[in-house]
Amino acid sequence: MDRFDAMMTAPLGRRQMLAGTAAMLAVPAGAQGLVDLRLPGGPSQRPLAGGFPGKGEMIVQRIHPPLLETPMEVFDSDVFTPNDRFFVRWHWSDFPTSVDAGAFRLAVRGRVRRPLSIGLAQLLRMPRVELAAVNQCSGNSRGLFEPRVPGAQWGHGAMGNARWTGVRLRDVLDQAGVLSDAVAVRFAGLDGATVEGAPRFEKALAIDHARDGEVMIAFAMNGEQLPLLNGFPIRLVVPGWYSTYWIKMLSDIEVLSAPDDRYWMAKAYRIPTTPGADIVPGTKDFPTVPIGRMVPRSFVTSLREGQAVPLRPTMPVGGIALGGDRSVARVELSADGGRSWQPTRLGPDHGRYSFRRWDAELPLAGPGPLTLMARCTNDAGEGQPMKAIWNPSGFMRGNVEAVSVEVRADA
Amino acid sequence: MRDRTWLAAGLCALVAATALSAVSRAAPRFTVKSTSVELPYDETAYPEGPGAEVMNANCASCHSASMVLLQPKLSREQWTGIVRKMRDVYRAPVADEDVPAIIDYLAKLSPR
Repeated sequence: MDRFDAMMTAPLGRRQMLAGTAAMLAVPAGAQGLVDLRLPGGPSQRPLAGGFPGKGEMIVQRIHPPLLETPMEVFDSDVFTPNDRFFVRWHWSDFPTSVDAGAFRLAVRGRVRRPLSIGLAQLLRMPRVELAAVNQCSGNSRGLFEPRVPGAQWGHGAMGNARWTGVRLRDVLDQAGVLSDAVAVRFAGLDGATVEGAPRFEKALAIDHARDGEVMIAFAMNGEQLPLLNGFPIRLVVPGWYSTYWIKMLSDIEVLSAPDDRYWMAKAYRIPTTPGADIVPGTKDFPTVPIGRMVPRSFVTSLREGQAVPLRPTMPVGGIALGGDRSVARVELSADGGRSWQPTRLGPDHGRYSFRRWDAELPLAGPGPLTLMARCTNDAGEGQPMKAIWNPSGFMRGNVEAVSVEVRADA
Repeated sequence: MRDRTWLAAGLCALVAATALSAVSRAAPRFTVKSTSVELPYDETAYPEGPGAEVMNANCASCHSASMVLLQPKLSREQWTGIVRKMRDVYRAPVADEDVPAIIDYLAKLSPR
C-alpha cells in the first residue's frame, strides 16, 4: 500500500474524516475496511465507510462534495437499491444541508402563460405516479476505461434502482401553460456554484421529452422521502436516461424558446456521435451530442472477483440487468469467453426502466479458473458488445463484463 | 366445496387489496418532513513534498484531495488541461504564478 492508499484507509468519524497525519496510520480495529475496485493500473482501493447522513456503508470516492458508490453486493440482495445504500454524486459543494419543507418552492417560469411557485403541499395534492427506474451516472464504470480517463473513478456502483413516486412533469408544465414557441425545458436545483462566476449545474430536455408523461418530479424513493444526499425534497426522474438529467433538489424549471446553450449542455456531458459513443483513443475534434438514453447492461452480483467456489455438478450464478431505455428481453451467461451462451431465468418484471434479476445454474466441468460473462438484450434487440467502447469522458460503458472465480474441489 | 372456499378467500383478499390501492390513490397520505444534516468534512492534506503547500492552498476548498489522488496516471498534458479547466470554467481562484508548481506536482503523482 502506498501513501495515497494509506490516506484513504482511515475510518470516517462523525465530524472529522481522514484527518492529516492520523490518517497515515493503519486501519484501526472496527474500521469498515477497504474495497478493491480492480481498476486497471490503479489506484484501486477505496475506503468503505458510514458516516454520511442517511447512508450506510458506502464506497467513498470523495468526501467533499460527496461521491459515494454502492458496493456490488447490495445489488445481489434486491433489485431495488435501499435508500441508505443508493449512490451519491454532487458536482458542487454548495448545496444546502437544511431544507425547510414548508418554505421550499419550485419555480416554473420562462415561456409559460402563468409562472408558478409551487410548494410541496401543492405537489402532494396533484395526481400521483409511481415508476421503478434505474438511476445511473453517465460515468458509471469510468475507472475501467482503457486507456484510463480523468474524472470520478467509479467502479460499477454509480447506479441504483428505486420505486419513484411523484407527479408528472407534464402536469406541472400544463398548469403553467407552455407557450407554442417552447422547444426545451431547463432544470436546476438548490445547489449553487461554489465559486462566483462558475456555471451552476443545470440540464435541459427537449419539450416533447419533458412532456412525455413519464418524466417525473419525485418526492419519494422506495416509499420514503428522498435522503438529502439524493436530492431532498424533490428530484427529476428521467426514466431510461442517465442520471445527469435527474436534477436533485429541483427548484427551478425554465421553459426555453431555444435549445439550452449553457455549459452543462453545450460543453459537458457530451458523447461522440459514433455508434456506441466509441472512438479511437486519442482522436481529436470529433463531433459530439449531449448524452441521453442508457444502454443495456448486466452484472454478475452473486459472485465476487477472485472468489473460490466449491466444485459441484452445477453452480448457481445470478445478477441484475437493465435494458437501457427498453425492457430486458433476455440475459445470457457464458463461461467460455463468449463462445457459447446459455439462457437465464428472469425474475419479476418491475417495468421497462427497472433492474431485472436473472439467475442460472451453470454446469461445472471440473476445478480451475472460470470466467463468467453476462449479456443482456433489450426488447428492441439491442445487446451488449464484447469489446469495451472508449471516449475521453468515460461515458456510457455497456460492454459485457467478466467476473473470474476459482472452482476448487476443497472450497 | 373446499376449492370454492379457497376461491372465496382469495377473492376477499383481492377485493381488500384493490380497495386499499384505490384508497391510497384517492387520498394518498405522504408527508414530507424538513431535513437537516451534518456532512462529514475532509481535512486530508496533499501528501508532503515539493508543491504540496501550493496544492493545499489552491486545490482543497472546492474538493477533497482524494479527487486528485485517486486519478489514474495522467500525462503532463492531461493535467495541464485539467488545471486550465478548473481555472477557466470552474473559476478556481488560482494565481498564474502557482500554476507551474501545481502542474509539476500533479505530473509527478504516480498512482499504483
